[in-house]
Amino acid sequence: MSARDNILARLNHASVTPRTTLPDVAGWYGTRQRGEDLPQRTARLSAALLAMRAEVHDVTHANWADVLLNLATAKGLRQVLVGTDTPHGAELQACQADNIAVLAYTQPIDTWRDLLFDGIDASLTLARGAVAEPGSLVLWPSPSEPRLMSLVPSVHFVLLDADTIHADIHSVMTAEGWHTSMPTNVVLVCGPSKTADIQQTLAYGAHGPRELVVLLRQPVGSPS
Amino acid sequence: MNKVISIHPAKDFKARSKAVLDNEGQRKNFRGAMDFLQAKRRSQFSDDDELQGLRNLGQAIRQYSLANLPRLLTQLEANLTANGVQVHWAENADDANAIALQIAQRVNAKHIIKGKSMVSEEIGFNHAMEAAGIEALESDMGEYIVQLAGEGPSHIIMPAIHKTKQEIAQLFADEVPGVAYTEDVDALIQIGRRVMRRKFAEADIGLSGVNFAVAETGTLCLVENEGNGRMSTTVPKVHIAITGIEKVVEKLEHVPPLLSLLTRSATGQPVTTYVNMISGPRKPGEKDGPQEVHLILLDNGRTQAYADDQLRPTLQCIRCGACMNHCPVYARIGGHAYGTTYPGPIGAIVSPHMLGLEATYPLAFASTLCGACNEVCPVKIPITDILVRLRSEAQAKPDTEAATLRGSGAARSAAVATVWGMWSQVYSKSGLYKLASWFMSRGRALSPSEQGAWTRSRTPLVPAPKRLRDLMKDRKP
Repeated sequence: MSARDNILARLNHASVTPRTTLPDVAGWYGTRQRGEDLPQRTARLSAALLAMRAEVHDVTHANWADVLLNLATAKGLRQVLVGTDTPHGAELQACQADNIAVLAYTQPIDTWRDLLFDGIDASLTLARGAVAEPGSLVLWPSPSEPRLMSLVPSVHFVLLDADTIHADIHSVMTAEGWHTSMPTNVVLVCGPSKTADIQQTLAYGAHGPRELVVLLRQPVGSPS
Repeated sequence: MNKVISIHPAKDFKARSKAVLDNEGQRKNFRGAMDFLQAKRRSQFSDDDELQGLRNLGQAIRQYSLANLPRLLTQLEANLTANGVQVHWAENADDANAIALQIAQRVNAKHIIKGKSMVSEEIGFNHAMEAAGIEALESDMGEYIVQLAGEGPSHIIMPAIHKTKQEIAQLFADEVPGVAYTEDVDALIQIGRRVMRRKFAEADIGLSGVNFAVAETGTLCLVENEGNGRMSTTVPKVHIAITGIEKVVEKLEHVPPLLSLLTRSATGQPVTTYVNMISGPRKPGEKDGPQEVHLILLDNGRTQAYADDQLRPTLQCIRCGACMNHCPVYARIGGHAYGTTYPGPIGAIVSPHMLGLEATYPLAFASTLCGACNEVCPVKIPITDILVRLRSEAQAKPDTEAATLRGSGAARSAAVATVWGMWSQVYSKSGLYKLASWFMSRGRALSPSEQGAWTRSRTPLVPAPKRLRDLMKDRKP
């Protein structure tokens, strides 16, 4: 008998009556809905992100790249890493910026790990969406925008389209049918990395990004 | 260097507790930390209706998961396997370490970087790897600190909660090459960050725990604030996750309520910085992520708890630590006094299944049964009922129906059993009671002046000079 067989045999031997009625998770979230519209959800998300010490900047389709480069300049960043085959990555690469190199994540990490850890100041990725409550961005890494982009560089810029903000985690999961389409990795992020492991004193920039900069992009045609 | 903390806590639990109680500085640290964590949690649950509703839902989800555990484990295994994750089953700590070691040796690993994992503490993972010549380095700041100090965690969420920043400053100055003494917390964290970034890049294997394993999608969920969990599970070419068999839930939608209960109960955060959901190794075309992902499912006594209707709720636990943060005993003696990997109320009810009652029964007695733990438990585990049950188990007569656990009867003493045996005879037979009470009231002078724990801080018990029946007889009509 393998360990697997033994463990399952013991569990089955316990003759616990299986339950067939699923817990009513949707019912619970149904009663908790705030019924907020998009501007209200946006405001709630922004407030939550700011409370977690993320930066939030309102941008438009026309100006987001300039805003990003100005922030990067002000922060003294020298490199910004973008993905491959993404419209926003191409747009940023097309911008002329003094002293800021816009690089693309073209090769598997195995060939340039040290450079990523030591030679890239910042990165830009597009969020798949966000949730107003508890206030997190939904990152959905892909071959174009791999996992480490949102983790290794010290400053992480996230482009977030305001019309992708859902009410809460349960809403976004069910609305988008995540249970049928989980990719290799999904990450919810609410701010820069942090720790309170030394005498309950909060310190930012533990192992992940020291700064999380959210560029909140308003839909085309929305009043500015 | 990373010594295994005692696995026989029964031996010197009282001595260790006393040592902490006598240390005013440490008591102040614990008190401060507990007050801080209690206030943080309270700030998250200002709406009591919401809290109670969410607790009911959390309890329902965990009970549903346990009621269907064998089915969910096989479903989890099938979906993880379909996603390319290799699933291993371990009956005990040795099995689990052997599985990890086999993987490590196959990929010729020299360095393992660890995200925070209490199950890895439970199995003595670091020690087992070091014995085989493989470095296992903790990357969670708190775990890194206690590893540097050659200690184990004293709290399941905040491992270094027993240390002051001055102690940590001294530790870093002594143990990290090229570091000068500083009490600046930001500077200390940046030292940890610098050391660890090299280690993340160099490590051959990343090891992590699991907060929730989702059966329907084959997904491993990990919550954390530092980013070390994501680093450990993304940078090295092999990721090994290890978890107890009880951590599985069926549906992805079961995660959000438990996640909300976990982070708010644990550290008073609406959500952690990162909620990491891993559903497989690197796919063709993806440019990073581990090439291999393994999951080790560990029993280590959990099936013993599972087999008993009263003890099964022990496995509902989502490891938030709220019970210890609110425990008047834990707040005074801290985590190390318990001697077990899991301290506090949850440690007292889960450890007997891992280590046997003979090694752990004093922990069940280290409680005032005040019930604060029951009240804050986000999944409504009746902790004090289970503590009382474990006390009876510890006193049960071995090899009888009452003795159902490994180590049942470990606290049983012939003298105590005889005394209670006599007591039950006397109190169930009126003639005997009459006779016994007559002798007691006349033999007051024979009462011992030393009456065990009672007389340590109280005057000795002496029978009344007159029995109730004598007083009634003397009463004027």
